[in-house]
Amino acid sequence: MSFRLSYRADPGNPWFSWQYVRDNSDTILAALRDHASLTARAVLIAALIAVPLAVAAYWFRPLAGPILAVTGVFYTIPSLALFAFIAPYLGIGAVTVLSVVVLYALLVIVRNSVAGLTQVPPEVREAAEGMGYGRWARLFRIDLPLALPGIITGLRLATVSTVALVTVGVVVGRGGLGQLIFGGFQNNFFKAQIMTGTVLCVLLALVLDLILAGIGRLLTPWLARRAS
Amino acid sequence: MSIIEQAYLWLNDPLNWTNPGGVLDRLGEHLVLSAAAVALGCLVAWPIGLWLGHTGRGGGLVVLVANVTLAVPTLALLTILPLTFLGFGKPSVIVALAVFAVPPLLANAYTGVRQADPEARDAARGMGLSGMQVLRRVELPLAVPYLAAGFRTATVQVVATAALASFVNGGGLGQIIRAGFGLDIAAGGGQILAGGLLVAGLAVLVEVVLALVERIVTPRPLRAARRGASRRAADAVTGG
Repeated sequence: MSFRLSYRADPGNPWFSWQYVRDNSDTILAALRDHASLTARAVLIAALIAVPLAVAAYWFRPLAGPILAVTGVFYTIPSLALFAFIAPYLGIGAVTVLSVVVLYALLVIVRNSVAGLTQVPPEVREAAEGMGYGRWARLFRIDLPLALPGIITGLRLATVSTVALVTVGVVVGRGGLGQLIFGGFQNNFFKAQIMTGTVLCVLLALVLDLILAGIGRLLTPWLARRAS
Repeated sequence: MSIIEQAYLWLNDPLNWTNPGGVLDRLGEHLVLSAAAVALGCLVAWPIGLWLGHTGRGGGLVVLVANVTLAVPTLALLTILPLTFLGFGKPSVIVALAVFAVPPLLANAYTGVRQADPEARDAARGMGLSGMQVLRRVELPLAVPYLAAGFRTATVQVVATAALASFVNGGGLGQIIRAGFGLDIAAGGGQILAGGLLVAGLAVLVEVVLALVERIVTPRPLRAARRGASRRAADAVTGG
């Protein structure tokens, strides 16, 4: 048998290999799906917390400082340390990854949403008040639509950084594509696996960013009209 | 025994600090890796940023670099670079960390030179200074607050990211957390938490110290503009 083995061409360890992608498409797709769903859930949860926080900071100015400061503190704590704080309590799994990633996404979305809300022109606000809009009606019909570009920018940045951050989840065994990257490293430095994971990660970030940019354009048709 | 008590006990065991691979060793590794990465980042990013700002071109390049590095996972670079000519060990980790230090340094150097008062620039030209002299004697001093703000952002980020070097056995304080996870949560919970406290504490300490440094190197008249500088710089990095 060794006779035949010695005549086989050296398979090598290439950076890119279709062979690997074809043979392992199930694993790769599962990792990609896991990664995408973790990212989507995280950004959604972060947005549901961050936008109300931004509105609170906008309505009650004294709250703006503390809200930005607290979310800023989360941003300063290194991701691995945040995992270390949360994992002993929430255990190993998706919940821990989600919590960490959501805490990071918060600051970006809050800050951009606050920036978007404060950019609403005062004349518009006064005109709305003069027309008899109440606080809530003004928020939903005037302030939030006009702040949408800022909010969308925040969502896009949060999404792109979340895609990169989810990979750190390998520390608790749920890193999505990070699992692929790290697995390749441990698996005798299998370059094709590492590269496939990395490329898919960057592509996922790019695709999600484009989707959000497209949604932003659809939601703010007046900006496109003004530009043309 | 609660996890917090376990962490407290772990941190109070002198052997955990002085053993080979203990906290002191790891702290030393962490600081060496971070310092080298920031130095490398500065060497690459500052000349390019200052020059781009001086010529007024390449604003798009600065934004592009920031966006691309935002999308590349640290874990990917940490695992890819050791397999290239850099080889395993410190050099590849330092390069990987330096890549993430470049965007804030670059953006701040660029913005710092761009925001220099055009009248000061014109006056310098009128006095017969050459392009290089304008950059060295007028634009560079005026950009110092921005350079300091970028240095702070980059350093804090590198110190935070250096914890991830533990994934490829690159050393640093992250190694303590990883070892704790290796023990399983029930047994290593205290160590995990203790490592997390050390990593987070170091990041916050560096942030505070550099904020002081930033204040000291900023000349008094420019201090009012400083707050605006760091905010604008942060915006430049996040693209906001």
